Amino acid sequence: MENASKSIVEIRQLTKSYRRGGQVVPVLTNISFDIMPGDFIALMGPSGSGKSTLLNLIAGIDKPDGGSLKVNGIDIAALPEAELADWRAANVGFIFQFYNLMPVLTAFENVELPLLLTTLSRDQRQERVELALSMVGLTDRMTHYPSELSGGQQQRVAIARAFITDPLILVADEPTGDLDRASADDILAMLVRLNSEMGKTIIMVTHDPHAAKSAHSIRHLEKGELDVMPQR
Amino acid sequence: MRYGAIAVQMHFLKLISRNSLRHKLRTGLTVLGLVVAILAFGLLRTVVDAWYAGAENASSTRLVTRSSISLVFPLPINYQERIRKIPGVSAISHANWFGGVYITEKNFFPQFAVDEKTYFDLYPEYLIPPSEMKAFRTDRKGCVIGRKLAETYGFKVGDTIPLRGTIYPGAWAFTVRAIYDGAEAGTDTSQLFFHWSYLNETLRKAVARRSDYVGVYVIQISDADRAAEISTEIDALFGNSLAETLTETEKAFQLGFVAMTEAIVVAIRIVSFVVIFIILAVMANTMAMTARERISEYATLKALGFGPRFLAGLIYGESLSIALAGAVIGILLTFPVAHAFSKQVGTLFPVFGVSLETVFMQVSAAIAVGFIAAVMPALRASQVSIVEGLRHIG
Repeated sequence: MENASKSIVEIRQLTKSYRRGGQVVPVLTNISFDIMPGDFIALMGPSGSGKSTLLNLIAGIDKPDGGSLKVNGIDIAALPEAELADWRAANVGFIFQFYNLMPVLTAFENVELPLLLTTLSRDQRQERVELALSMVGLTDRMTHYPSELSGGQQQRVAIARAFITDPLILVADEPTGDLDRASADDILAMLVRLNSEMGKTIIMVTHDPHAAKSAHSIRHLEKGELDVMPQR
Repeated sequence: MRYGAIAVQMHFLKLISRNSLRHKLRTGLTVLGLVVAILAFGLLRTVVDAWYAGAENASSTRLVTRSSISLVFPLPINYQERIRKIPGVSAISHANWFGGVYITEKNFFPQFAVDEKTYFDLYPEYLIPPSEMKAFRTDRKGCVIGRKLAETYGFKVGDTIPLRGTIYPGAWAFTVRAIYDGAEAGTDTSQLFFHWSYLNETLRKAVARRSDYVGVYVIQISDADRAAEISTEIDALFGNSLAETLTETEKAFQLGFVAMTEAIVVAIRIVSFVVIFIILAVMANTMAMTARERISEYATLKALGFGPRFLAGLIYGESLSIALAGAVIGILLTFPVAHAFSKQVGTLFPVFGVSLETVFMQVSAAIAVGFIAAVMPALRASQVSIVEGLRHIG
């Protein structure tokens, strides 16, 4: 077992299964591992291996069947739905494969969205959003709607939305899966910067070995079981 | 309140308004459907109101005495003085339904032969200039007409109105001596009144056995609370006679007419609600499609920490804003359309106006449609699993 006392994510004997057509299909079996603060982990594996399920469990948008899952000491599996929503708002930044921006909101408004759940004033929100968008190089695109942005630009807006609340962890599910190579490299460089310069803990699911190389370590999931492939 | 800050509420409203206009064609067609439905609902309710207008505007201190067998059987004129002597009766007059035809049957308007000396004293809501009233009373072939009737056919004081008698056969002609206005919006100003004495004299010469009879007595009482008691006394006075009477309040008398055509009123009422039910189905379908397409967005909002109430609020807000947009346009159109309808049907509906109650019902119907249409989509959105929702392709 890794140094659990300092870990930001502590997973023990985690199991998860789905019911399909009356049959119980195990997805994760007795997974145990820790993620340290400032880690950048890539979860890899074939389709159906359970990597997205593991990511969803860590992000608190799905519940395990067994085992324990603590993030920063909080057993999130035990939290009721309303508390879990509050916990997610405060502690998790999401980056999705298809960006999942609100099409009726501008880049500025999309990034501002998570801040509506905080007690920040309008001026404070504006200051933060402008800073976040400048960090992802989209100062000149604040008033643009997602449909007016390229895929890479949309994903940069999504990244700004993910770190705007200064969350404990960033979870990224195939963040480069819908992008061309140049845009993908751009996004990966941004994630590396968030990790190295801002100290963000990042857990990224990817199929792409090139993308996985950006991470500190790669965790390989196969048939619901985990092995470790350290990068550096 | 978590979303209580004004800025956050502004974002909430911004999301609702932008989502409402996301599919402009779909929203436009739904609003159009709502406009038609709310307009149709308002018109049908106004028709129902017009049906009851006579009863609604009836005085509580006026009684009507008619033959207990049927309205078509007249009562002797000599009943008048006997009724007048009953305690509580402060005035009495009489009238006969004339039923004449002006040029063709479709030009319908009510005509009454009335006691020119007393009738209008019982109807203070008919406002007649004293000089015109004097002119009417002194011309035995004169008539008083209402403002709506005058405007419908362009009659002026001094014009002659030819009528073809049906109940009282022959060619009749009356000179307009006075035009009355209504004291209230609901006062019927589509009627024509002429001298009962002229009718009676003519009958006496042509069909003597039909003379000296009246259709109804109109009785003014001093105390509305004694209406039932006085009615009973009047009817008892003529019990076991050849022409027994039935006395009732003016409202009950008018409602008797409505009851004769109640099936039509019920049908109109049902149709008015069917219209609302149809638009409810259309609206519910629109909202269901809308919510289905946005499942992944709702899942994203949930992942970001927004609760089920916020998501439900977005759907209820969008549904209600579309419904109210349709309602506002529909209500605004109801007034000119009702006016045009009233012009088209002429004097068929003496009182035809969109009431405040109808507008209230239109607004209520729109709110109900907006609310009910959002129930299932809102429930679905608030219960959506984030994982399932994120996989959903809208």
